[in-house]
Amino acid sequence: MEQLKTIGRELAMGSQGGFGQSKEFLDLVKSIGEARSKAEEDRIVLSEIDILKRRLLEPDVPKRKMKEYIIRLVYIEMLGHDASFGYIHAVKMTHDDNLLLKRTGYLAVTLFLNEDHDLIILIVNTIQKDLRSDNYLVVCAALNAICRLINEETIPAVLPQVVDLLNHQKEAVRKKAIMALHRFHRKSPSSVSHLISNFRKRLCDNDPGVMGATLCPLFDLISEDVTSYKDLVSSFVSILKQVTERRLPKSYDYHQMPAPFIQIKLLKIMALLGSGDKSASEIMYMVLGDLFRKCDSSTNIGNAILYECIRCISCILPNPKLLEAAAEAISKFLKSDSHNLKYMGIDGLGRLIKISPDIAEQHQLAVIDCLEDPDDTLKRKTFELLYKMTKSSNVEVIVDRMIDYMISINDNHYKTEIASRCVELAEQFAPSNQWFIQIMNKVFEHAGDLVNIKVAHNLMRLIAEGFGEDDDDADSKLRLSAVESYLQIISEPKLPSLFLQVISWVLGEYGTADGKYSASYISGKLCDVADAYSSDENVKGYAVSALMKIYAFEIASGRKVDVLPECQSLIEELLASHSTDLQQRAYELQALIALDARAVESIIPLDASCEDIEVDKDLSFLNGYIQQAIESGAQPYISERERSGMFETTDYHSQDHHEVPAHALRFEAYELPKPSMPTQASTELVPVPEPSYYSDPHQPIPTSLVSERESSEIKLRLDGVKQKWGRPSYQSTTSASSTPQQSTNGTTTHSDGGAGSSSSKPRTSYESKKPEIDPEKQRLAASLFGGSSSSRTDRKSSSGGHKPAKGTANKAASIPKETPIPVQPQPDLLDFGEPTDTTVTATDPFKELEGLLDSSSHDGGGSTDVMGLYSDAAPVTTTTSVDSLLSELSDSSKGNARTYQSQTSKGPNSKEALEKDALVRQMGVNPTSQNPTLFKDLLG
Amino acid sequence: MIRFILLQNRQGKTRLAKYYVPLEESEKHKVEYEVQSTLYLPLFLPVSYSRVPDPQFSLQVHRLVVNRDAKFTNFVEFRTHKVIYRRYAGLFFSVCVDITDNELAYLECIHLFVEILDHFFSNVCELDLVFNFHKVYLILDEFILAGELQETSKRAIIERMSELEKLE
Repeated sequence: MEQLKTIGRELAMGSQGGFGQSKEFLDLVKSIGEARSKAEEDRIVLSEIDILKRRLLEPDVPKRKMKEYIIRLVYIEMLGHDASFGYIHAVKMTHDDNLLLKRTGYLAVTLFLNEDHDLIILIVNTIQKDLRSDNYLVVCAALNAICRLINEETIPAVLPQVVDLLNHQKEAVRKKAIMALHRFHRKSPSSVSHLISNFRKRLCDNDPGVMGATLCPLFDLISEDVTSYKDLVSSFVSILKQVTERRLPKSYDYHQMPAPFIQIKLLKIMALLGSGDKSASEIMYMVLGDLFRKCDSSTNIGNAILYECIRCISCILPNPKLLEAAAEAISKFLKSDSHNLKYMGIDGLGRLIKISPDIAEQHQLAVIDCLEDPDDTLKRKTFELLYKMTKSSNVEVIVDRMIDYMISINDNHYKTEIASRCVELAEQFAPSNQWFIQIMNKVFEHAGDLVNIKVAHNLMRLIAEGFGEDDDDADSKLRLSAVESYLQIISEPKLPSLFLQVISWVLGEYGTADGKYSASYISGKLCDVADAYSSDENVKGYAVSALMKIYAFEIASGRKVDVLPECQSLIEELLASHSTDLQQRAYELQALIALDARAVESIIPLDASCEDIEVDKDLSFLNGYIQQAIESGAQPYISERERSGMFETTDYHSQDHHEVPAHALRFEAYELPKPSMPTQASTELVPVPEPSYYSDPHQPIPTSLVSERESSEIKLRLDGVKQKWGRPSYQSTTSASSTPQQSTNGTTTHSDGGAGSSSSKPRTSYESKKPEIDPEKQRLAASLFGGSSSSRTDRKSSSGGHKPAKGTANKAASIPKETPIPVQPQPDLLDFGEPTDTTVTATDPFKELEGLLDSSSHDGGGSTDVMGLYSDAAPVTTTTSVDSLLSELSDSSKGNARTYQSQTSKGPNSKEALEKDALVRQMGVNPTSQNPTLFKDLLG
Repeated sequence: MIRFILLQNRQGKTRLAKYYVPLEESEKHKVEYEVQSTLYLPLFLPVSYSRVPDPQFSLQVHRLVVNRDAKFTNFVEFRTHKVIYRRYAGLFFSVCVDITDNELAYLECIHLFVEILDHFFSNVCELDLVFNFHKVYLILDEFILAGELQETSKRAIIERMSELEKLE
């Protein structure tokens, strides 16, 4: 029975469009289809990869076989596995003369390769050749590939030919050439900037397909630069008019609408052109009005056009009549049962509300319904609308709603967005200070870690500066209410760090300001915070600073400060903190407490957070000190620019700067035979001391090597200066400064001056003497051991050791990034399908379609008869024997005999259903996904 | 502009996957995304893209659409884009487009594609797509190129395909 099925399916496949694949291939697809788990699927794919690897290496693979292998590679890759071992064969296939093979080759490479892949270079030539082909199908295949594979650098190689093809006699070629140019424009606008006139020309192409394709690049061009296309307004309007008058061939009709996709593209372009342009808008009014009248609002596509009209009207200069029509369309959308249309309605409302603010009022209930809807997409769209229509009168309701929703969701991306919207609205429309503080508290409490830190800073500034009016009383009330609310919140567990920072800052600044709370109370709270969030240095820092302010205010006002024991212990703890920042703050605090009132007041004046502090950036007050130092023999300061690259160990920034080019070049250098180019800068790149680092740990250093290294170093360091051998010379180089440093710099940056290159010569010869050490390993070793040896050796070598350390660090960082990909446990594909099965079967409208699908195949060709046979057989068989492909196809839970029976029993109805469907189609009714009886026509 | 098209069955098996924006570029978005919220993991866990479209990635899309109520909108936000999906029997057709694109138009665009498939395979079913996926790719290439609708005439596409079929 099983066998019979298999044979049957293969026969079926064979008859379906000449599917000439081998049994092996069919078996692969079948076994993948039947795999019960992702692990099983992976196993099958891995063994397939093995097979293909072997087969592809066989000599003289027949071309037809090769084609199949490549399709199998595509399949493997589609399932998420790596088929890169076979890419080259796909590339080769593009060279084939046989169009069928060539096309398969192109298909595979467009799926396999990115535009930056190394193999692209092998294809560019073929593409160039194929673009010249007499067979337009070859040209089309090449153009398809161009759209995927050509990048900025390769554009010039094909551009002239693509431009020539714009005038090809076949419309298919012209169309694809336009799309290719569009793609070039997206990749690199400058490459095609001189060809823009061609797009304009193609707009007048005889073939509507070419014209329609031309709208894509024109849309992009116009959105970048509206003014230079104003002359086309009337052309676009007249095209749209002709389209709506059904002047295009019937074949462009879709669900009784004439060329709707072209209409939509035109409307998008018109919206751009008409925006803020009276004369352009006036030309459009007529055709837009016509569209509202003509559009069939019973079909999805008709509504799509209506929606695009609404968008267009909201962009161009408003016209009362059109606005009315748009409002009417929107109300139809909102009244519809379809969520999709409601969504479009809400979106349209959001667009029109800018122009006519009253429009939303009549739809209040519908909007509220959408807000309550369980569908998140619709809900979010509605929040977007609410955001747009917020005024000071409704801000409280809207922001409350938003916050409730914000609390309820887990999607951090959207949470962040909605939080920032809440903040924005609250800042803009807050009816009272108390309310504002409350809202901010809620936002911080529930999304504190997602909120931009700027929001926190804004809030602090707002509390410090007040609301702008010169009303000190109101300001202090605001502060008091903030302090009160924070004192309430502060003891709640697990507050976000950012929120705690704000709280600490405000309590420090204003906690004791109006005398309601005592210093010891506030400082006690602050200590609690620092204790409770002891792992968060930021919070602790803020808390300590707040403590400092509170004590300072106390001292300044002449009161005696008694430091709470817990504060004292906190300070003591922080004095020994590993964080220098915290430590410094603690020391400052300690020093401050000991000062007298006058000094404290000038250090931390009361409520002075808004005062500007003048900073003398030139540090001119230190001039005297510097003068003194120089007089007593100190080196004058060398600016960073002059010094950059010299002191690589001391200047991390400049070091990083040099890191990149040095690395990039290094990789190239390793591919060259080293000894052949003694003076090449690239060979010098490996710092001298490295080999010794490498050999250090793994093997005893051959003494000759050490001395050699030392000698080379010495030569490098001090040209012409006689030196003693051995350690003492090291010391001397350590203390010596600019000359050796410069040469180091010279070698690493490839900007060898005379001294640099001469000194590097001996080094390279030394390098060539010991080729057995892999530079890669050297670097690794240097990075591993460079740190410890740097103390022993001079600065130069430590910098040399440091550099590679970075390289390996990079590598180490990149390794975990790459390895998890294969390691990651892939979720079981089948597992999560199971629970949905059970829930969906009950209400699934698609089931009926499946029934139709299977049964309708009865009256299909021989191929589908076999399928019918399967569904007949299904009720008899049990869970395990039901062919899994079939069960996927019919999308029912496995072994659900009832389902199958219902399917088969529906067989006779299918014809009738099909007839009905044809009728429905003629009437132009679009099947919606909610309606199963109409739905069948999608596939029926 | 269309970012990618995915055909998946209810179990999440990919039947077709076409990416119009190289993954590196989508990865850029991923990075931007991670920068925005460094403290919490985003809902869509960052996909570790390899060059090969990661099954994790398509699974995310699948998870996004598969459990939605049939009554819900056919649109879902997906990172900084949106996914328009439509279900035919056991197959989900998902198209990821820009946030400013016309949702209904792309919904119908999916349907047009299915109509073309239906025409080409005469009464298309998932099995046709499973075994002829390479042909589906070819049809798709005639329909959508470089992420834009290239041809919206069903007849033009079918004619082109039959010309190609003749060669076989």
